[in-house]
Amino acid sequence: MRFFGEPIEFEKQAGIGGPVWLGRAESGEALQAFAVAAHRADGRLAALWGSDERRRSGCFRVHCVFGFMAGHIRVSLDLPAEHPVYPDLSGIFPAASRMQRATRDLVGIATAGGDQRPWLRHGAWPADWYPLRHDAAQLANAGAGFPNAPSDYDFVPVGGEGAHEIPVGPIHAGIIEPGHFRFSVIGERVLRLEQRLGYQHKGVEKLFVGRNLAEGARLAGRVSGDSTCAYAWAYASAVEAACGASPPPRALGLRALMLERERVANHLGDLGALGNDAALAFGFSQFMRLKEDWLRLNAKLFGQRFMMDRIVPGGTTLDLEAPALRAIVEQCEAVGREVKALGKIYDEHAGLQDRFLTTGAIDADLARELSLTGVAARATGLILDARAHRQGYTPPPPWAMLGVRPATDERGDVAARAAVRFAEIVESLRLLRELAVGLPDSEVCVEAPPQPGGDGLGVIEGWRGEVLVGVALDGEGRLARVHPHDPSWQAWPALEHAVMRDIVPDFPLINKSFNLSYSGADL
Amino acid sequence: MLRRILRTGIVSEPPPEAGAEAREVARLNREILRILGRALTIRQVDAGSCNGCELEIHALNNPYTNLEGYGIKFVASPRHADMLLVTGPVTKNMEHALKVAYDCTPDPKLVVAVGDCGCTGGVFGESYASCGAVENVIPVDVRVPGCPPTPVALLAGILAAVRRD
Ligand code: SF4
Repeated sequence: MRFFGEPIEFEKQAGIGGPVWLGRAESGEALQAFAVAAHRADGRLAALWGSDERRRSGCFRVHCVFGFMAGHIRVSLDLPAEHPVYPDLSGIFPAASRMQRATRDLVGIATAGGDQRPWLRHGAWPADWYPLRHDAAQLANAGAGFPNAPSDYDFVPVGGEGAHEIPVGPIHAGIIEPGHFRFSVIGERVLRLEQRLGYQHKGVEKLFVGRNLAEGARLAGRVSGDSTCAYAWAYASAVEAACGASPPPRALGLRALMLERERVANHLGDLGALGNDAALAFGFSQFMRLKEDWLRLNAKLFGQRFMMDRIVPGGTTLDLEAPALRAIVEQCEAVGREVKALGKIYDEHAGLQDRFLTTGAIDADLARELSLTGVAARATGLILDARAHRQGYTPPPPWAMLGVRPATDERGDVAARAAVRFAEIVESLRLLRELAVGLPDSEVCVEAPPQPGGDGLGVIEGWRGEVLVGVALDGEGRLARVHPHDPSWQAWPALEHAVMRDIVPDFPLINKSFNLSYSGADL
Repeated sequence: MLRRILRTGIVSEPPPEAGAEAREVARLNREILRILGRALTIRQVDAGSCNGCELEIHALNNPYTNLEGYGIKFVASPRHADMLLVTGPVTKNMEHALKVAYDCTPDPKLVVAVGDCGCTGGVFGESYASCGAVENVIPVDVRVPGCPPTPVALLAGILAAVRRD
């Protein structure tokens, strides 16, 4: 099968996950031409990573995943071991830039042209040492012994009369992950924001190498704790595609239950925090109370407040009995009533709306340009949700049966991102009720025997946006390479745009309205 | 809105598990006030977590646990903190910043390492990118294991640290 008239042959990935096609480009030019065609066809860059294949085929490989109307396309390109260079795609998809820089830092394959500044490497390891190369294995275990020499970073200088810089972080005020923000301001107005991330880089991708499938699942669930179910499912889905396993229908229903519970929990927390930032302490305490009730029911039914480690390759580790399902339905009804009432209060609260409206705005063109997905994309009017039908796309089970209605709002500002969250809670509560009532009868887990040399890609619509996990097994059926991709990669640059022209004191509110993962993108 | 506040009432419950613990918190808090002459202030530092631990630290401020109600406050600067509440593993990229935060915290300072990762490095361990446990980078007074630790465990850990003081 071919796409966009480009001469690359694709094969559809087997299994019951979302539609994915896998193909190989013959040359850098072919990859670049494909990227141009994908861009023209309204596609987006969903992920980009590299792998060291020298032991198997004597080369390095770069993998690009493009999202488009009908699903996802992965194009891989072999790069010669002695000169592993591929074309810079950031001119076509700006989102490529940080992913390319990270890939260079970790695998030592580079782009010809484009931003060459390190991204994840802050000076903790030497510039000519690459953790994800096979020959780096020995050193990577237990304190590599490199001197940790934090390096200076070349921020893009911003000129202009009266402009000055405000550096913030890596440690921020508040309970939040670390990252560095460099604001260029005139008076209170933000001219430009440049982020420097990577502080959360803890070598996750290296840790996957050589692990068995079960150990991989545990790790995948800790890429970004707030999205543990989304990652565990995306990982399981990739492994199942790689190993030709099909999780039973009841397991899919249970996974969806967990994913939607994760979505609701995070949206409740975010709506509370947004109220708090806009000086509505009442909203904060109400939403935090609802969230806590929600997590306590998780603990009761799933044995863990965030449902960590409950989704595994082959299915789920637990089943829910009728009383548990009833408790879910009852809670949905109660929470639905309260959220509706709180939605009215938020809508009618003049002070809050004043802070939310027009603040931190981006539009659909920019969202498309930056390959944005998830809440932030839907809040610009893009209808993009892997759970929902769209032209030419049927979502994978169990979503197809549920008729998911994606929430959108065209305003692109903080108000829109809050409104999308409200609407998504309501829709998730409906889905949860339907899932709980209609859970099919079957076992909840099948064997997923490792398939030596297998590889697969999993895609899940997490609460923040599209979570992807690419998995490749080695000749013994252990993990050779796992790349988890967080939607925050694409959304962080959108935040840089969103704060432009707003005032510095609005930054916390705008940042909160995106609520991006540092850990998920720093890996 | 007022009606809603009245209907919900004040949902600050005594910290779960035991009313005795709630009384203990109150008692300790008075003691802290007496010793420090003010409330206990905490600076939270995420030195490399998966953000799961942060979710539970956030929960300490929900109306059930209501830490602030006991006069225990999260502050924005280590300079105003009695205690550092540190999640880990400590990444190499955060090693320096964590040391600076520690140095900026006035003596006598308490350090609580949070989560399996903060206590031992957890699933991330030690590697080219990770220093592992918080105590590999700064001195630690109390460890709160768990992945992530529940709000109750966090509260107990904070109390244990204060008791040691
Ligand atoms: S202890 Fe668990 S929740 Fe906390 S940072 Fe580590 S992996 Fe995440």
